Amino acid sequence: MTQPGSLKEGFIEPGKRLFAPGHRGCAGCGELLAARLVLEAAGPNTIITNNTGCLEVTTTPFPTSSWGVPWVHSLFENAAAVASGIEAALIATGKREGINIIAQGGDGSTFDIGIGLISGMLERGHDILYICYDNEAYMNTGIQRSGATPTYASTTTSPSGKISWGNTRPKKPMPEIMAAHGIPYSGTASVSYPRELLRKVKKVLEIEGPKYLHIHVPCPTGWYCDTAESIKVGKLAVETALFPIYDIEDGVVTNVKRLKEIKPVTEYLKTQRRFAHMFKKEGGDEIISAIQAIADKNVERLGLKR
Amino acid sequence: MIENTVVEGSYAVAEAVKLCRPKVISAYPITPQTHIVEDLSQMVADGEIDCEYVVVESEFAAASVVMGASTAGVRTYTATTAQGLFLMYEVLYNIAGSRLPVNMTCANRAPSAPISIWNDQQDSVAVRDAGWIQIYCEDSQEIHDFQPIAHKVGENPRIRLPVMTMMDGFILTHTYEPIKRMEQEEVDEFLPPYDPVVKLDTARPLTFGAFAMPDTYHEIRYMLSRAMMNSKGVLEDAFKEFGEVFGREYHPYFEEYRTEDADIILMTMGSLAGTIKDAVDRLRDDGEKVGLLKLRTARPWPTAELRKALDHASVVAVIEKDISLGHEGTISSDLKTAFHRHDGPLIHSFVAGLGGRDIRVADIKWAYEKAKSLREPVDGSIWVGVNHDIIPEVV
Amino acid sequence: MGMKLTEGAWVEPATTIDTKTGAWRSFRPVWSPEKCIKCYLCIDLCPEGAISALPLDEDGKKTGIQVDYDYCKGCGICDAECPTQSYEMVPEEK
Repeated sequence: MTQPGSLKEGFIEPGKRLFAPGHRGCAGCGELLAARLVLEAAGPNTIITNNTGCLEVTTTPFPTSSWGVPWVHSLFENAAAVASGIEAALIATGKREGINIIAQGGDGSTFDIGIGLISGMLERGHDILYICYDNEAYMNTGIQRSGATPTYASTTTSPSGKISWGNTRPKKPMPEIMAAHGIPYSGTASVSYPRELLRKVKKVLEIEGPKYLHIHVPCPTGWYCDTAESIKVGKLAVETALFPIYDIEDGVVTNVKRLKEIKPVTEYLKTQRRFAHMFKKEGGDEIISAIQAIADKNVERLGLKR
Repeated sequence: MIENTVVEGSYAVAEAVKLCRPKVISAYPITPQTHIVEDLSQMVADGEIDCEYVVVESEFAAASVVMGASTAGVRTYTATTAQGLFLMYEVLYNIAGSRLPVNMTCANRAPSAPISIWNDQQDSVAVRDAGWIQIYCEDSQEIHDFQPIAHKVGENPRIRLPVMTMMDGFILTHTYEPIKRMEQEEVDEFLPPYDPVVKLDTARPLTFGAFAMPDTYHEIRYMLSRAMMNSKGVLEDAFKEFGEVFGREYHPYFEEYRTEDADIILMTMGSLAGTIKDAVDRLRDDGEKVGLLKLRTARPWPTAELRKALDHASVVAVIEKDISLGHEGTISSDLKTAFHRHDGPLIHSFVAGLGGRDIRVADIKWAYEKAKSLREPVDGSIWVGVNHDIIPEVV
Repeated sequence: MGMKLTEGAWVEPATTIDTKTGAWRSFRPVWSPEKCIKCYLCIDLCPEGAISALPLDEDGKKTGIQVDYDYCKGCGICDAECPTQSYEMVPEEK
């Protein structure tokens, strides 16, 4: 079945796409690309709630919208609760059948300010898919550190400096925290593998109950890489085991994307200026080793090596 | 109409909410609002309401859930108190700006710090600028009756605004009073099913909550303000129709008690009106020309109506359970605007009964005598009943 | 401005198509059919959704792609990711 605006149905007029062009996302934006793919996988019978952030601001400059499905933005942190209310309203009016409800936001609204509201949504058992588009910092406000910022990345509020290596804290293990709610599905994906992402979204939407999907989305603006490189950079995050792709279904790790070869983390780190300080400053080798240890642990924990 | 049944104030609200046939209720427990939502969740559990009751992890979530449900086009209800209302603050503005007719009861309670669970009206007063219609209730009958009015006004397609009805915590929420209960057929006659102009709908996939630049934000807020001002006529019609259907007449903005020939008029809102009526009666027995104006609707503010009602008095003493710190009681400030460049009464601001402090007839009489003696405007508020013995000197 | 505001400020769907973000572009991706294997990866990977498949030919075979320069911001992902180097990034003349 092809949906209006879905891939491979032949030439599509821009106005016929579910996710219209003309949005104000930066060139090469991984988040906007992921959002388009998610919507194309979900189809027109979808209602979306969106936290404040790049995705919201760039797609709905009043009085226009990129969204071809019913879409609502309320506040920075409450898409999960707003979606809960929508589901309740649909159930109360007998209109729940056949509608996907997706609540979505960036990593700041997911990891930090909105985590309590997501937890509430999962605990209540709503049949809603929550999607985190993770570009690893508050990009909309100018690249400030979030709970998703990787260890030793430089951001505008965790800058590297004469006595600092940037963000010293580890990335919060969000898929595991979400899975610990006892939900049927929590998992990761990367926009750099678009067809895997499309398949995963379709699969996850078939699962009844609360679901969490964490999509890694490169941000050329905040990661300081070339716009054309954003897909490659996203792949390197996966290939170096810094962003592993896997599912947690009913608490059990499944569908690990295994790799023939695990690349050294330097191949990923050197592509982005947010990690540049560790290649310049004395002592950077130790920092890189520490990041390699994070990747090694992922390899071991998830059995990433094929 | 069911004649005079004795019910708890919270139950009076819950039953009225039930009769309004909401589709989604979401709330978080907080004293002294708790009984309202307990009663409602029991009604849902017993199958008495065809409604989804969403149990949430915070008031912020409760407000967000009803925001979502209202955007999806159904009738919604929530209730809260003080800290809960403050936690909702961001969502309150969002609901109003999104023009969603959410109905909320605020069981008035003092804000922290220091923490208190007892009554004053600082909480709802502090959110008066958010774009919610605000209606204060004196007794259980009013809070019962005003639920269908709240929905009818807020859901009017010309208005589309959230409505907050206030009841004094404990004083009303936990007190048993006889009320005339509404019947389902009457409420159904008065309040038609909610039919939103727009909603989240896959058949017409609109976008809600877009990002407004300076070229449109100003106009969108103007439209919100316009709707609030226009809600006056809709409120007047709703109260009038309520009287026709239920046989209980209410002035849409305020109630006057022995004010016709009054030289000094005391003004308040909420349950304190009962005590002040007693004080007025006693003062009248002593030959004092005094009356009471009980404010009902604080937003939209009834400027012209208040001017007309209070113009003949020489002094108005506003006795209120809130203060804009660094200034004075907010209702007295608002009232002064009604007489801007008019030769009206002298207005004095009295702050009383914060954090559940009992306000006795003697306190009202004290405020009255004070108001009578002050023939010049006073800066700030006059505090009633402060025990200066326990207050250290300013260092 | 032909815009009219709505009470509650809701917006009609898929209306950013009126914003021609192609004006942002400093490099233009130019696709040539010779080496293209019609894998459509560029369609999947365009953050703008500015690349579409051309209509199938009479035999139902894929014929290629088309870039909508009204929206293409010139990020270069199509060029960087094309497995057969069917794109070339050409500077825009301003």
